[in-house]
Amino acid sequence: MNFELMGDSILPILRGAQITVMLVATSIAIGFFAGIGMALARLSRNPLVSVPAYAYVFFFRGTPLLVQLFIVYYGFGRADFVKDTVFWAVLKEPFWCAVIALTLNTTAYTSEIIRGGILAVPWGQIEAARACGMSRVLMFRRITMPVAIRQALPAYGNEIILMVKGSALASTVTVMEMTGEAKSIISSTYAPVEIFIVAGSIYLAINFVVTRAVRRLEHRLTPYQRARTEADEKQAGRKIAFAALRGRQAADDIALPQPSSDRPQD
Amino acid sequence: MIELLTYGDQGWGDEMLRGAGMTVAVALLAYAFGIVVGMAGAAGKVGGGSVLRGVLDVYTTVVRGVPELLVIYLLFFGLSSAVMKVASVFGYTGYIEVDNFVIGVLAVGLISGAYSTEVFRGALQAIPNGQIEAGRAVGMTGWQIFHRIQLPQMLRLALPGLGNIWQLTLKDTALISVTGLAELMRMSRVAAGATHQPFTFYLAAAALYLVMTTFSQTAFQRAERHFSRSVRTASGQPAP
Repeated sequence: MNFELMGDSILPILRGAQITVMLVATSIAIGFFAGIGMALARLSRNPLVSVPAYAYVFFFRGTPLLVQLFIVYYGFGRADFVKDTVFWAVLKEPFWCAVIALTLNTTAYTSEIIRGGILAVPWGQIEAARACGMSRVLMFRRITMPVAIRQALPAYGNEIILMVKGSALASTVTVMEMTGEAKSIISSTYAPVEIFIVAGSIYLAINFVVTRAVRRLEHRLTPYQRARTEADEKQAGRKIAFAALRGRQAADDIALPQPSSDRPQD
Repeated sequence: MIELLTYGDQGWGDEMLRGAGMTVAVALLAYAFGIVVGMAGAAGKVGGGSVLRGVLDVYTTVVRGVPELLVIYLLFFGLSSAVMKVASVFGYTGYIEVDNFVIGVLAVGLISGAYSTEVFRGALQAIPNGQIEAGRAVGMTGWQIFHRIQLPQMLRLALPGLGNIWQLTLKDTALISVTGLAELMRMSRVAAGATHQPFTFYLAAAALYLVMTTFSQTAFQRAERHFSRSVRTASGQPAP
């Protein structure tokens, strides 16, 4: 084992890690909202909307990410009919080609995850919302979406990890992210094991952070399922005391005391 | 455009189809290898000692947390020298080159095996302990309990997970093209480069992959229905 080489390779690989994180963060950020839109399109009763959404998901889930990346990079990124348009500014950059391919891919997977979450919202809650007279938009914002996101969160965490791993393919279109850096060092030093350990540990660290963050978010979004802490009790006690002072009209507020910091923000 | 995809010297149709055949061959062998690894890994994780369990945990965590491409590069650049080191212990000092096909099957198989281990482990642990106790109570040996009680149920419980792993494995074979192995992705890259028609060939490759994934998805759905025919669900229908 060549430890000196491992030490020397850390800096260039960390430089690649920055690009990996940028690739993943950009495509996850866009793909999340596009995925919600795609899930809604897929659930639409209008076949003119739902059938194209189905075809989109079918294509992007059924083909390898590498094919999708090559279609964007070698296809659209080199096509003459693109060169005269505004898209050229973006498509001439390998980095943005990779972002586009990753985003299109994660949108398809995210939409399936969120669709599953929406379908898992208990019907009683929808009925209750309707009975309260909520409009469709209000119901979607306050009932359907928060519950669906909470349900979909564990699966979505896995999707983020798949994206971290998928971003390695950007190295095949000359983007020097972590795997690209690792490969170039391996092919000049022929020390595959050492470099694998360095790059692999950084990938594992990134994925560890992602897993932890998702688990924290799950915890935050499920205040009603966890045991109440002392602080929660105190806060609830204070609320009850205040309510008693203020009179009975506040009784509704204290029916289900919740730690206020964990309440989903509107 | 169409003549580019025909058979013979003028078209690339036969090369593409041969590439698709290679893709299927790599995927099938890697998948089978992964299932063997997964079965052994699950047995080790459920029944093995703490050292074995630790090693298996490292294997599944690392392989599932690191990009597939990195694993492929590790084997592509490292396997030949590792094999030569082992051979030199036995007195052979000549140059040994491991074939790209073998590297591809091993790399994708090891990735597939890590996922299979977890799927089989979950399936094994889903079988109620009472059934194992019942087996012991009627005097079955450990092997009898395994192949009469655990194995048949494990296969049914693992089938949905195994279907997903097959799809992953099939798509992961595309990454083997970086080693130059003449599978579908590599062939379409060569054809796209030679003819300057990237859309035609990458879309043709995508279509071939879609045929493979769709076909195998249907096959797995049928198998699931077949193996769940004895299971009652709330709707009275066999489990989907």
